[in-house]
Amino acid sequence: MSDQGNRLGRLFSWDAAVVLVTVIVLVVASGAVENFGTSRNFTFLLLDLLPIALVALPMTFIIVTGEIDLSVASTLGLTSAVLGSLWDAGLSIETIIPLCIVLGAVLGALNGFFVTVLKLPSLAVTIGTLALYRGLAFVVLGDGAVADFPRAYTSWVTGTIGDGPVPNVLIPLVVAAVIFGVVLHATPIGRGVFAAGAGEQAARFAGIRTGRLKFWLYVVSGAVAGLAGVLWTLRYSSARADNGFGLELAVVAAVLLGGVSIFGGKGTLPGVLAGVVLLASLQNALRLQDVSNEALNIVTGVLLIVSVLLPNIVSSARTAVRRRRQVTPER
Amino acid sequence: MSRRFLTGAVSAGLVLVLAACGGTTKNDNAGSGASASTAAANPNAAAQEGVKMAFLPKQLNNPYSDIEVSGGKEALGELKGEYKLVGPNDASASSQVSYINTLIQQQQDVIGIAANDPNAVCPSLNQARSAGIKVVAFDSDAAKDCRDVFINQATTQGIGEALAKQAKDLSGGSGEIAVLSATPNATNQNAWIEVLKKELAKPEYAGIKLDKVAYGNDDDQKSFQEAQGLLQSFPNLKVIVSPTTVGIAAAARYVSSSSYKGKVAVTGLGTPNQMRAFVKDGTVKQFALWNPADIGYLAAYAGVALKSGQITGKEGEKFKAGKLGDYTIGASGEIVLGPPTTFDANNIDKFNF
Repeated sequence: MSDQGNRLGRLFSWDAAVVLVTVIVLVVASGAVENFGTSRNFTFLLLDLLPIALVALPMTFIIVTGEIDLSVASTLGLTSAVLGSLWDAGLSIETIIPLCIVLGAVLGALNGFFVTVLKLPSLAVTIGTLALYRGLAFVVLGDGAVADFPRAYTSWVTGTIGDGPVPNVLIPLVVAAVIFGVVLHATPIGRGVFAAGAGEQAARFAGIRTGRLKFWLYVVSGAVAGLAGVLWTLRYSSARADNGFGLELAVVAAVLLGGVSIFGGKGTLPGVLAGVVLLASLQNALRLQDVSNEALNIVTGVLLIVSVLLPNIVSSARTAVRRRRQVTPER
Repeated sequence: MSRRFLTGAVSAGLVLVLAACGGTTKNDNAGSGASASTAAANPNAAAQEGVKMAFLPKQLNNPYSDIEVSGGKEALGELKGEYKLVGPNDASASSQVSYINTLIQQQQDVIGIAANDPNAVCPSLNQARSAGIKVVAFDSDAAKDCRDVFINQATTQGIGEALAKQAKDLSGGSGEIAVLSATPNATNQNAWIEVLKKELAKPEYAGIKLDKVAYGNDDDQKSFQEAQGLLQSFPNLKVIVSPTTVGIAAAARYVSSSSYKGKVAVTGLGTPNQMRAFVKDGTVKQFALWNPADIGYLAAYAGVALKSGQITGKEGEKFKAGKLGDYTIGASGEIVLGPPTTFDANNIDKFNF
């Protein structure tokens, strides 16, 4: 009985539901929304969701451990500003790009240090570094914008594979998604991440060094945000201190919508990626229908609240059913 | 951890140093220009009806751009076209791009855009143009090779000079002034402030000192706080020059409710309806602006003229813009609306926008 219940539970798990809803939205929108299902729109959609999807990968790990990183968008902005100023200074782009990713990692390490060594709450720390890194971005680049990046790079970032519908930037995203997915769901590291989120104490007794694990998660999160900053700058051919402003909320929203518990210990990467695609394609389809921004925000907000409420309702309903089963005598 | 981390960091550093020897730098970048249109203009072509034109201002729900696009709506009514308004809620560089992409998908005929960042919108605008969509920049230009024409509300030089003259008149010829601008990267604001600074360097402005350029990000509250900050930081300030409608209104509101009223002048660019009360109560003596509705109106006429083949965006081409009369395209596709109007207590009641 319980075995069957579990299997049923897995079948109707939240992330499976999100994947299903996402597929339904894509199919319905392709049929009902004019110009949604075209290959060019597919390209636009993927280009728009790329930075969110990329940053959501390490964010999933961090939220599963029960922590959060709200500084990712500011890391992206600071990376963009540094990229611009180094390019202005005459460094080669091949030097700047790895430097930017290293910079992101260093910024992430600072978060990790505060959270794991000084044992400060990650929400407070990363709200602090959200402001700090964005401030530094304006110090680095001030109010200007740097443009004129090498065409070979900018056109690669905005271009598609063999002039088909698939953007070039999907390659690094898919590679990253596969790596992150395998690590989270099929390695000891991933099991450690879930264990840390389920219970810090228990995980420590089981021999998992949660502090070290979290530290490196922040480093990776910073590095990925740095990479996103590079891609963002090249896509828009414009390095600016305010690039990616507000992106952290879009990322956290997608992660939560994808079925990751904000309290940690629960979530899957496919669910998160579905969450990213769902939010982006809803936005894309509603805009094609000339729906106003305000209505769009309302839809997104309602969707998020429902995504937090529904699993609770379902699980309490399940317990109610189970209890009743126990009470009814066997016939 | 530390030793292994150090080794890693050092080796990463070495790799970077090696990579630095060679690669693509700024100096390798040859300027790239999109090919200009080769089609010839036919000034006698009939204006097409049913032209679908979408306006994409810097952000929605900004009083100034609302007036701008209302002129576009009026013109498209006259031309029997279809008007549409889309745009982001925040004036950030990249936010306009996905709207442009949506308009490409919707197969609009013309896009009228006030660019938040001249380069960020470039690739997608050129995608729109290769899909046959005409691009009219207005108010804040996109990079020159990403649009067909640019409706300039006034020459940069003219505005900058007007701002300098306002500062001189209101300060009595000498004293400290400050500028309250919009976002730090607003193309038009920065260009005007640049001219203002050049003007102030001339001998006839020798007595005037520019203390600071502050940024209120075209946000009422932030502009209000910045105005307050300016007056606290520079006690001898005589004039706040704000070349943005949001900034000038916020600064005037702060000054009118403070002890600085009557001592510190607020001037710049504002709309008569916003500023009427401040002119009446003596906080503001004079300010200037062009009629923003005319910008949208002219943009719509230029867009339909482009779509109809009457103009292509080359210098010297002429077209008619309804009640505004005849216009000639200037260098690099610029169409100048005309000189700004100065508003004061004597004439402000003649205007309603």
